[in-house]
Amino acid sequence: MKELVVISGKGGTGKTTLLSAFAALAENKVVCDADVDAADLHLIMIPKVRRCESFQSGRTAMIDRDKCTECGLCRDLCRWDAISEDFQVDPLECEGCGVCVHFCPENAIEFPLNTCGEWFISETRFGPMVHARLGIAEENSGKLVSLVRQEAKKLAEERKLDLILTDGPPGVGCPVIASIGGATALLIVTEPTLSGAHDMVRVAELAAHFKLPGMMCINKYDLNVEQSQKIEETAVEKGLAVIGRIPFDPVFTKAMVQGKTIFEYDGSSEAGVWVRDIWQKVEAKLRTLNSA
Amino acid sequence: MIISIASGKGGTGKTTVATNLALALSPEAQLLDCDVEEPNAHLFIQPQWEKSEAVSTPVPVVDEEKCTHCGKCAEICQFKAIVVIGETVLCFPELCHSCGGCMLVCPEKAISEGGRELGLVETGRRNGLEFVHGKLRVSEAMSPPLIKKVRELARPNSLVIIDAPPGTSCPVIAAMKDADFVLLVTEPTPFGLHDLKLAVGAVRVLGIPCGLIINRSDMGDDRVKEYAGEEDLPVLMEIPFDRRIAEAYSKGEALVDVMPEWREKFKALYRRIQEMV
Repeated sequence: MKELVVISGKGGTGKTTLLSAFAALAENKVVCDADVDAADLHLIMIPKVRRCESFQSGRTAMIDRDKCTECGLCRDLCRWDAISEDFQVDPLECEGCGVCVHFCPENAIEFPLNTCGEWFISETRFGPMVHARLGIAEENSGKLVSLVRQEAKKLAEERKLDLILTDGPPGVGCPVIASIGGATALLIVTEPTLSGAHDMVRVAELAAHFKLPGMMCINKYDLNVEQSQKIEETAVEKGLAVIGRIPFDPVFTKAMVQGKTIFEYDGSSEAGVWVRDIWQKVEAKLRTLNSA
Repeated sequence: MIISIASGKGGTGKTTVATNLALALSPEAQLLDCDVEEPNAHLFIQPQWEKSEAVSTPVPVVDEEKCTHCGKCAEICQFKAIVVIGETVLCFPELCHSCGGCMLVCPEKAISEGGRELGLVETGRRNGLEFVHGKLRVSEAMSPPLIKKVRELARPNSLVIIDAPPGTSCPVIAAMKDADFVLLVTEPTPFGLHDLKLAVGAVRVLGIPCGLIINRSDMGDDRVKEYAGEEDLPVLMEIPFDRRIAEAYSKGEALVDVMPEWREKFKALYRRIQEMV
């Protein structure tokens, strides 16, 4: 089984739009949305949820005011200043380290598990999908990403599907690291701007750090052709396979507004030809790589 | 006053708004780029760098001579960053959240603290505008502690503009907390709207007043405006899709420099925020 993870570094370059187009082209696959923090893929895939599970991870300290003698030890030990002068724990600041819980001389601090989101197994018109929703202002998105990817893998095994298409989060931090470990290959989607170039280099370095084969394509390449060329040169230097360009085309936004992939919106758009070509190259590349 | 620029969805124009607002209000404003995973504001500010400092977070270092392998450190650690297997104690510094619990609990005083590098905090200046950003070390997972380091350099009692990371989880909270106002930048598409709702939820958890900026306001549909109306969210600025704006952005040029009429618009935006805070 192979897994392609689409990432970008910079947000808003078109990861999700491109992945939904791939979902329309690829066969025998599970689609996985690993951008649990601001998940959008379901807006195109329109999944029918078949199974919903709550996601519990991490703990938050809670002071029992009846037992608390206000000795102040917990406030002294807490490195996050999460405990106020009147001994209330700020759940947004609490790191869940349990130091206060352990050292409280009165055993006055409880430490319940957090429910920080939900995850789903769904059916879509493009096959099964695994996705999630992290609660607002919650932590542990990396763990939820890992969970969603594991479930996608399980589902693919059960149904004898040989490909997982994973939509990754922006950035290079914890959720991105969780979304790429053990993948067969990465596709980095960038745009021809200084920001796009800058962020592409950082994700390429991340891919190299984890020794993952990376491909790169440029969305809206014609907004700055010169910058596109520079990015492609840099990508090659960074060890990425440059696999294509997509022109700026309002068809992407129009399709999104209707909750459709670009192929469903307009079967003969010019942008569609470029996307099809990129998908063929991605598929060919995946065939040459060993399963994770 | 602290104004955080956030968005939920990435790529909606946070950095465009943050940099142009800061430049329009220069030298009064200080700009902090807290999108430490992918900092971009410096590409538009092009500051003269004055200082670059590596920052680290404490992680345990075990003195094997003193360690008796009692396992108390592994017991208190919630993050599996220190484990004891037989006569061996193993540290996984990349998993450590720097709470100091293992050091405090060790009966042999065998644990001290070393450092794990989080990344760089760099400061610079363009004319009068003071600029600070954080740059997360590639392969480092935890951005909130670095964001906090950047925010420690905020000038007290003055106008501070923060460019926040996308999303709604811990890094965004770290960049919005204790702000006086949050400007949410969105685009009028289903993805923009969906993530805007999440961002509004996060801002409300923090109890901070907020307003919207709709970028590429003529590409998409009216659902963002309808939502803003229903939720009583003021739309403070609309930026139409304009190839000149997109091209300037692609080259790292500031809007207020290329199209000077925007300087006055960003100043007016600030005046409206002042009235609302």
